[in-house]
Amino acid sequence: MAAAVRKFIEKNGVGMAVFMTLAVTFWIMVLIVLPQLTMVDFSFRFKLPPDAIGGPQDQWTTTNYEYFIKGNPGNSDGWNRVDVTVFTRTLIAAFFVTVFNFIVCYPIAYYMAKVATGGWARMLALSLVVPYWINEILRAFAFRIIFGDAGLINTMLKTLGLITDSIDFIRADIALYAGLGYAYILLMIFPLYSAIESLDRNQVEAARDMGSPWWRIHWRIVMPFAKPGITAGCTMVFMLSAGALAAPQILGGPSSLWFTQIIYQGFFEYFNWQRGAAYAIILLGSCMIIVLSLTKLFGGKMGEIGR
Amino acid sequence: MKSGVGVELEHLWIRFGDFVAVRDASVKIEEGEFFSFLGPSGCGKTTILRTVSGFQDPSEGRVLIGGRDMAGTGPNKRPTALIFQNLALFPLMKVWENIAFSLEVRGVSKAGRRKRADELLDLIALPDQGDKLVDELSGGQRQRVAVARALAAEPQVLLLDEPLSALDLKLRQHMRTELRAIQQRVGLTFIYITHDQGEALTMSDHVAVMREGVIEQVGDGKEIYDDPATSFVASFVGENNAFSGRVTSLNGSHAVVDTEVGALRARIATAARGTLQQDDNAMVFIRPESLDVAADGAAGDHTLSARVVNEEFEGQSYHVFMEAGDGGSPIKMSLTNRGQAHISSIGGALTLAYDPDQAVALPQGALSDQE
Repeated sequence: MAAAVRKFIEKNGVGMAVFMTLAVTFWIMVLIVLPQLTMVDFSFRFKLPPDAIGGPQDQWTTTNYEYFIKGNPGNSDGWNRVDVTVFTRTLIAAFFVTVFNFIVCYPIAYYMAKVATGGWARMLALSLVVPYWINEILRAFAFRIIFGDAGLINTMLKTLGLITDSIDFIRADIALYAGLGYAYILLMIFPLYSAIESLDRNQVEAARDMGSPWWRIHWRIVMPFAKPGITAGCTMVFMLSAGALAAPQILGGPSSLWFTQIIYQGFFEYFNWQRGAAYAIILLGSCMIIVLSLTKLFGGKMGEIGR
Repeated sequence: MKSGVGVELEHLWIRFGDFVAVRDASVKIEEGEFFSFLGPSGCGKTTILRTVSGFQDPSEGRVLIGGRDMAGTGPNKRPTALIFQNLALFPLMKVWENIAFSLEVRGVSKAGRRKRADELLDLIALPDQGDKLVDELSGGQRQRVAVARALAAEPQVLLLDEPLSALDLKLRQHMRTELRAIQQRVGLTFIYITHDQGEALTMSDHVAVMREGVIEQVGDGKEIYDDPATSFVASFVGENNAFSGRVTSLNGSHAVVDTEVGALRARIATAARGTLQQDDNAMVFIRPESLDVAADGAAGDHTLSARVVNEEFEGQSYHVFMEAGDGGSPIKMSLTNRGQAHISSIGGALTLAYDPDQAVALPQGALSDQE
């Protein structure tokens, strides 16, 4: 340990070593650990008027977590139907958004990495990036306009004579899934791209030479090789979809709620930060458990993500 | 195991935009033979191999495998198996899974695949290595696994793209023998691509020498070496001393060429017989091992004089480096070490003699620029 420290200082010089240590410590402690710990602390406390904080009533409690399961005491269902349903639906929807995203992005990433060449490949990458120069909320609104009653898609379908009445994409949540899918497309494509890009083209040709059809080449050669990229992309898209707020707020149908909206309500409509914090921790914890168990199921390693 | 089939290229042209990679290549490869394409990098030999395997479409001309036109048949449908320069083994699969991949494609059961993989592992003398990962094998072992993987597909033609180039010299020489032995055991047609003439000559039944997309000569090793068809072949295959000049007289199968070292008599190469005329620009090629120190007082059109620049003793032979006259073309002479004393002191003049039947006269042409 001491030797490692000395080596680190020798390699970087005293000033740089001190700066790096301080910067990394600041980053991890102040920007990551402390806020999360505050949230954890919040989630285990009662909602109290300001003058009672620190008083005898300010005790540790699991009330907020119990509320997520049970709801208000004596409600007709006996459990918190709304919150649990929304929570489950959010996770399932985020899962399918991730799967859908992967299905769309994998061919694009493969095309960019192995088929397109030179200027055309750069053009393609640029055309994927440029839309992200626009703010996330504006993009969500743009989707709302595209999918609206008199929006581009309905107008087109009507002009083509395929439908006579507008389809309510918003109510059917199609706009929401499309918006969520689009919002994180780059976070899926680029890890996939960089993983596939380093695959030796001869591997693909060798498999083809041995008679393999295209789908088996992808299943046996390309996807196993790109597994770290697939893990990284899917993890990010799943986490961010489950935790998205702007897209569900803007594109969600009137009857559908995203769990983040309930968290938001906890903080800013009921001013119950304690419950909001508990819900946020529940979401974070569940997402992490899902991601870790899926990664394990597919034989990936978290460490490989950074490769 | 299926036996090999013949491969024919008919007036094959391959263009990439304005660049012509292969020009009017026609060659007939017999079934079950070991055939090499030999040439410097960029001569189009790999392009030919990719065309035979189906990864590249010809711009003009046809590829026939076993007499069947391969146009429109993809690489996965051809009776060929390609061994890549970097082998392209699948790093995430075990050795036996690599070998059995083509069987997996064909839907063979796992037990059947394992059995066949084990048989092939025996064939390549790597029994009990099937459960290792490719990374755990040495270079030579990986090489053999690549051969086994290609053989598992039961191809009729095995295509090899410089597969030995990544190995060190000793292993490479060993693998030459081994590849040749495997080829004779399985009886398949092997098409081998290399820039290493040693590999081509030791392993092949026939060699096609290529330069800038053109097949300059097809023949067995001895023909290529002893009776080159062009000045490029003469200078690329093996070492050769080249002297340019003008034909001063023709005498049946021999020509006398007036060069910077005087008149040199040489056998006219078979390919140039009848075309090489009096007063043509010509070249005489004399192999280093065909030169010898002349007897005292020898003179005439089978001798030349040179000045010694350097001498290297290699154990089995001496190599004497000279220049023609004073500051002329470099000349190399190789003498087998039979216990004789050193040839000469550096800077001294030397008269060399050779047997005119061992020297070759060819029309003036491009030389290999390799050194």
